[in-house]
Amino acid sequence: MAFTFAAFCYIVALILTAVLIFFAIFHIIAFDELKTDYKNPIDQCSSLNPVSETYYIYYMLSLIFFVFQLVLPEYFIHMLFTFLFLCSFQFGSLLFNLPLAVYHVHRYMTRPVMSSPGLYDPTSIMNADQLNRAQKEGWIKLAFYLLSFFYYLYSMIYVLVSSS
Amino acid sequence: MQRGGGMPPYGNLQASNLPPTLPVSGYQPSTAGYNPNPNPNDLSTNFKNLAFNERTTTTINLLNEKNLIHRDGLETVKPNLQHDFKKVHCNPEVFRCTLNAMPQTSSLLNKARLPLGILIHPFKDLSQLPVIQSSVIVRCRSCRTYINPYVHFVDSRRWKCNLCYRVNDLPEEFSFDPVTKTYGDPQRRPEIRSATIEFIAPSEYMLRPPQPAVYLYLLDVSFNAISTGYLNLFCQTLLDELDKIPGDSRTQIGFLCYDRSLYFFNLSEGLSQPQMLIVPDLDDVFLPLPDELLVNLHESKELISDLLNNLPSLFEGNMETGSALGAALQAAYKLMHPTGGRITVMQTVLPTVGQGALQLRESSSQTSAKNIPHLGPATDFYKKLALDCSAQQIAVDLFMLNGQYADIASLSCISKYSAGCIYYYPSFHTIKNIPVTEKYEADLRRYLTRKIGFESVMRIRCTRGLSIHTFHGNFFVRSTDLLSLPNINPDAGFGMQMSIEDTLAEASTVCFQAALLYTSSKGERRIRVHTLCLPVTNHISEVYSSADQQAIISLLAKMAVDRSLTSSMGDARDALMNAAIDCIGSYSTQLNSSQKMGAVVLPHSLRIVPLFILGLLKSTGFKGNTNTKTDDRVFALQQFKVLPISYLLQSIYPSLYPVHNITEQSEVVKSGTSVRMPPLIQLSSANIDRHGVYVMDTGESVYMIVGGSVSDTFCQNVLDKPNFMSIPDTMSDLPEMENPLSIDLRNFINYLLDCRPNGSTFLVMRDDSKARHLFYQHMVEDRTESSMSYYEFLQYLQQQIK
Repeated sequence: MAFTFAAFCYIVALILTAVLIFFAIFHIIAFDELKTDYKNPIDQCSSLNPVSETYYIYYMLSLIFFVFQLVLPEYFIHMLFTFLFLCSFQFGSLLFNLPLAVYHVHRYMTRPVMSSPGLYDPTSIMNADQLNRAQKEGWIKLAFYLLSFFYYLYSMIYVLVSSS
Repeated sequence: MQRGGGMPPYGNLQASNLPPTLPVSGYQPSTAGYNPNPNPNDLSTNFKNLAFNERTTTTINLLNEKNLIHRDGLETVKPNLQHDFKKVHCNPEVFRCTLNAMPQTSSLLNKARLPLGILIHPFKDLSQLPVIQSSVIVRCRSCRTYINPYVHFVDSRRWKCNLCYRVNDLPEEFSFDPVTKTYGDPQRRPEIRSATIEFIAPSEYMLRPPQPAVYLYLLDVSFNAISTGYLNLFCQTLLDELDKIPGDSRTQIGFLCYDRSLYFFNLSEGLSQPQMLIVPDLDDVFLPLPDELLVNLHESKELISDLLNNLPSLFEGNMETGSALGAALQAAYKLMHPTGGRITVMQTVLPTVGQGALQLRESSSQTSAKNIPHLGPATDFYKKLALDCSAQQIAVDLFMLNGQYADIASLSCISKYSAGCIYYYPSFHTIKNIPVTEKYEADLRRYLTRKIGFESVMRIRCTRGLSIHTFHGNFFVRSTDLLSLPNINPDAGFGMQMSIEDTLAEASTVCFQAALLYTSSKGERRIRVHTLCLPVTNHISEVYSSADQQAIISLLAKMAVDRSLTSSMGDARDALMNAAIDCIGSYSTQLNSSQKMGAVVLPHSLRIVPLFILGLLKSTGFKGNTNTKTDDRVFALQQFKVLPISYLLQSIYPSLYPVHNITEQSEVVKSGTSVRMPPLIQLSSANIDRHGVYVMDTGESVYMIVGGSVSDTFCQNVLDKPNFMSIPDTMSDLPEMENPLSIDLRNFINYLLDCRPNGSTFLVMRDDSKARHLFYQHMVEDRTESSMSYYEFLQYLQQQIK
């Protein structure tokens, strides 16, 4: 059993995908919270009050902001191991990841006009279309990363075993 | 015949004068302001029976039907509620839904292919508004709905919420009548008797003391601004209206001028004359004085008058061309953030200096009509600043007085997200462009003196099963049902698309409640509550017959604006056409084939939809040609988002009146004076006669066009000219002549100009003048080089459906 570069790539991808799964879960939670906040009775009682609402809006914005922060690392991490697959000639895995990589690039190219890095615009994120899209995206990504996690695990073992 | 109070022509209906050719169908006529029958109940019963019997016969073949708009305007549809609820209706000018019978399920809604949404004009000036100051405001304990006319009283001590169906206790005070000092029936409370009500809020509705009225004026004093001459006009108008500015003894006011530098004015009490402080540093904006820049209006009145008198001469001959709007707004934010309030910006050029500087994006090169560029902002500087302002209860209102491109698409963000309003005066010049100057002055007077609400929020609640999908208007959405409105003004309208999430089978009615919490200019915390109640139906025929075509058009316009920004103008135009196709297509599937053979069919309640969609496609906002100025287009699109329904419809499809025989019309008493109302005619050149004189009212402008073969008598009596040939190309005023024709005509035009809150330009033109396109571009039903006539449009729709 030899430790090849391909095996190394799979180990890195495996660890990073675990991180991405956490990102995806966080993404889902954040948007769910945005969507359902009106069901929070405590907020509703104080809701007609602009000052406490101001506090609340900061909470909400910080939530979105946190997701902003996660978007670029997520894209970067995904690009990183996609690139590693390219270097180690793992074309199967590369093809598997390419559509998502292309989607990420496209998504970032068509983001709203913004001076800071980020994807979500606080003024339009509350539109049901956008909120649903972001939520759906979160679930699909979670499923994709889970699937790829096991795929990398299998591939890693396969590479390790077959190269011996 | 009498018109409804103060409403433009699309706003009202007289029960007795429906078009004779069209069958009367499933709507309740509004009898507001007009009561032809001593017993209105009889009338509504008659109408109900009529509606019931004729529901099946209301289909109209648009290809054959020429007269779609009645001589007195479009009817307003009201929801057909059962028994008790019938007494109370929310004013449709304030609150209405696109469908006056709510489909029970989303599949039924999809089958009807009509947009579902509500349109609201929450702070409209109302002549009658019950205001309640009570120690207890009765609200549902679970969903916090305010008690309203549509709740169900389980017994004398409990009520059932009509939004979440929780049974709540009724406080004892609620049944107590302070006049008779007895406990009695809760039904007689004003909360139960009126669908629109205002509460004076107790201290639980505020965390900080209500803010004073604070106004800050940001004045562009660059070379271009001075040469338009606006500054003099602005200062004089403000000086005139200084005593009428809404506020109390705490009202504060401040001024900030800017070109490449910022000019602050110290107006604090005790100074002998205003002190000007110049800040040339734009990178790190600071305030030269901490407190004295915003001063109490009453204490420093003399200094303020002094400043307003001297401002124009102070900057006369200023040769600086740069404009540092971004830095000025940042300084204004710093100045206002402890209190909140209103910032008014007068901008005449593209901001080119410091933060928020913009590029000249518009190029003269022709692009395809499918994809019109630069409709969106170039930078998010103004949006971010607007969000900061919104959090500190500051709204920014924008007056654009630019002759050249000034990138309204980017600048408007500052008002869009801080709930401000935007005015636009293309080619403003006090000497060269008198009609626009007059409009500016009228608008400014109204703007300075109209009601204003500060630090407000609006929450929209709706019956379980419905949810708000998308919001339209100027605001920041704070949570799924809450809008943050740092200022609310009486001319702002909002729209919300709704979606049906759950089946509504268990309910017979659905309700929407909009609650607007605001601080009045007198420092009182108030809540204005509007409640709208609609019946639920599971018959598609009822969905069609009770559809509100005016609301549908308004909502479609707002949706198309969103589409043009997120996708492209071509997509938005296609979406509008698809809306018409869907509407006709899905309705014709409900009919048998003999009825729809070779016809474009729609129910009577939707008959104007294709016509108004054609109007939208030909409007400045959605026009297909590429030589429309970007600023004009962006502003027109922005207006679609915020205009209240009647003004929106008027801008899409202006009213046209033949006025040459005005003396033959019957008189209508309108706010004390009698006016002869000519009939409305449709916007087709076929209706224009060379011998006639016509008045067109687009909401923004009123045009009078004099036909080429007009009689010399008319010219002499009205225009004070011997014949047609001696009429100048354009006139901006009618001479005051003492003869019946002239008096009636001037009365009528004054009536038109008075029945709207904003100012209008007024222009008289000859049929052969160079300005005639101003009039003829609004002839929606005509064919032009690049657009279809109404008949062609219908034929096009017919082809698409097959």
